[in-house]
Amino acid sequence: MINCLLTGVGGQGTVLASKLIAQCAINEGLNAKTAETIGMAQRGGSVVSHVRIGEDIHSPLIPLGAADIIIGFEPGEAVRSLPYLKKGGTVIVCGKAIKPTTDSLSETSYSGEDMLAYLLSEEQNVIVIDGEEICRKCGSAKVLNTALLGAAAKSGTLGFSAEQFKSAMEMKIKEKFLQMNLEAFELGADAVDK
Amino acid sequence: MAKQLLMGNQAIALGAIRAGVKVVTGYPGTPSTEVLETVAEENNGNVYVEWSVNEKSALEVAAGAAYSGARSMVTMKQVGLNVASDPLMSLAYIGVKAGMVILVADDPGPISSQTEQDTRHFAFYSKLPVFDPSTPEEAYTMIGDAFDYSEKYQTPVLFRPTTRLCHGCAAIETDSTVADKPVEGFIKDTSKWVIFPKTTYRNHIKIEERNPKIGEDFSSYKGNSLTGDGKKGIATGGVCYQYVKEALSMLSADGDCKLLKLATVHPFPETLALSFFDGLEEVLVVEELDPVIEKQLIFLCGKHGIKLTIHGKLDRFAPTAGESSVELCLSMLSKFLGKTAPALAARTAPPPLPVRPPVLCAGCPHRASFYTVKRAMKGRKAVFSGDIGCYTLGNAMPLDMVDTCLCMGAGITVAQGIHRAEPDTVNFAFVGDSTFFHTGIPGILNAVYNQTKIVVMVLDNSTTAMTGHQPHPGTGMTMMGEIAQKISIPDMLRAMGVTSVEVVDPLDLKETEAAVRRAAECEAVSAVICKSPCIAVTKPKPSYTVDAEKCTNCKVCIKQLGCPAIVKGEGKAEIDRSLCYGCGICEGICPFGAIGGEK
Repeated sequence: MINCLLTGVGGQGTVLASKLIAQCAINEGLNAKTAETIGMAQRGGSVVSHVRIGEDIHSPLIPLGAADIIIGFEPGEAVRSLPYLKKGGTVIVCGKAIKPTTDSLSETSYSGEDMLAYLLSEEQNVIVIDGEEICRKCGSAKVLNTALLGAAAKSGTLGFSAEQFKSAMEMKIKEKFLQMNLEAFELGADAVDK
Repeated sequence: MAKQLLMGNQAIALGAIRAGVKVVTGYPGTPSTEVLETVAEENNGNVYVEWSVNEKSALEVAAGAAYSGARSMVTMKQVGLNVASDPLMSLAYIGVKAGMVILVADDPGPISSQTEQDTRHFAFYSKLPVFDPSTPEEAYTMIGDAFDYSEKYQTPVLFRPTTRLCHGCAAIETDSTVADKPVEGFIKDTSKWVIFPKTTYRNHIKIEERNPKIGEDFSSYKGNSLTGDGKKGIATGGVCYQYVKEALSMLSADGDCKLLKLATVHPFPETLALSFFDGLEEVLVVEELDPVIEKQLIFLCGKHGIKLTIHGKLDRFAPTAGESSVELCLSMLSKFLGKTAPALAARTAPPPLPVRPPVLCAGCPHRASFYTVKRAMKGRKAVFSGDIGCYTLGNAMPLDMVDTCLCMGAGITVAQGIHRAEPDTVNFAFVGDSTFFHTGIPGILNAVYNQTKIVVMVLDNSTTAMTGHQPHPGTGMTMMGEIAQKISIPDMLRAMGVTSVEVVDPLDLKETEAAVRRAAECEAVSAVICKSPCIAVTKPKPSYTVDAEKCTNCKVCIKQLGCPAIVKGEGKAEIDRSLCYGCGICEGICPFGAIGGEK
């Protein structure tokens, strides 16, 4: 069984990423379940997608302490979801913080660096990705999801190869955006070795 | 056919098509919306699909189709059934000819709703059968069963999924066969289709005779099951059944107790529940929202003189509000079964996490509308009544422009009540375009007729935004993809007797502010329509930037707009280019001319 939690801020594209992982599973004849945040929380709130692969899965939501991997689209959101990670699990995280309006209005200052430092102090397998740089290279902020998937695939935790992900992307991403997303996926994978 | 990843709502839609549904109506509402959308997308050409203007209309259209022998389905969220409860209660007496399913999605939590109401109560209240699936896979076939039961007993049936099922996806094997259900047509029979006190009395007797029979039928329904053995028993249903299964497996307690899964709580399957009781000493009921199963089991104990301890929400063994989870089930089941739950890894406390309440998107035209009304009313005694939709988010700081929010259409009427109690206030009512058509119109008529001076602000973004951009009467598109006559909101307002009606572009801050001031001075009901499309249905414009040389870090842009794209940078305001949609209202409010568009 593989449990993957994707976490971020509404609008970052976690839903498509979770669908791509589940599609890989289905293409391999495996059972998959996902659960998404849809509705009001999508408007700039914290969102999570749960992806569960394997037999004998009951709950659509991953229990606390059971995730093999957390894919954090934002450092603070990765920290918020850390209780879901199992011992020795992997964290893939985009280093760029998204500051909420509540922070800009207050005297305190939310820092992504503090969040990354916390993740690195708590967990052994943390891979920080410069998602902003990859998005700039690909010319769109919308490819953060496929960039992080590239990194997750490279980490080996999900159990699917780059080729398997690419065929899932071909099935689920519109033709005119496909090339850009394939490039982001490659750049994400390359970033793991750096 | 190969398995495909389907959202619960998609699975229900495909199941309904497979069951030969002919007419599907509804009003958008999270978490139900994708059911109707999927029927429209996967339409084989034999299904009529419409977004109706509200749930009451939707239910009545579906009823008419079912009277005529066409299988029909109506979809809505739980609060939608409150709007549709008038036809629901009467239809329960009249019944149907072809199968009719009333799909009502509940939202434990609540995650995206104004109430935590339990539609299963509506089943008891209206005396209608209710189906409660526990997975998307089960929902795919159960929706077909719901149509069959509806036809067998000539009654509409309720189908109640909850958020985690609606928005959970599973790998499901579908088949493309469609049940052949020829439409007989409407057969005139006033003794059947016209509700009269005499008809109601006669049918009431029949319903009370029928329901115990359906309960008996449900005792052998495949969606209900009884497994395991022992002196302790767990009764559950819906998605909670999955949480319980997962928790039992984590506690290595599979089969250590009896497990009753109920997919139909009304009419209650008493025979099955009695065989669950057999040999039991103690029962735990796990369910979301209200203690519906729990009360039925307690009732059954009283009825049959059975002595049993029943734990659940009523004795506070289980929390009374909020959604359930594997963790909650682990904690309840370990206590109930005397097992130890696996320990979680200990961690040091994280640094303070950012607080992220939902906010209006960057570029949302509603931000400009709220900002200008706030400016225009500065120093005046004004109350701002809000409504249901994206614009409810105008409540967030720093806009803070929603003083009341109750239910669909209520902003317009609550504003009238406040004005009657406190006539020296200027009373604004904000309403979205889809909500205007849904239930806003009677409230406006009420204000004009009773001469209650309010200012109606119609925030027209040309779509039903919060639920995912559905068309409505003002968009000129139907769910069948046809071009329809656009119904003009200003023309409707004038026709209802509103004499002062202005249409403005809210992104033009000056023009809008002047229009709001004129409306507030008007002696009768006045209206300002802020017309600017939702960012999700338009292309973004080039993003704006802050000139660091000119920015004095006064924070006016941050403190007055609360746009998620404008953030506190290193001693300067910064615009996050990945979020900016280029609406440009920040350019208009910067006192130092430091914000500008791309050159």
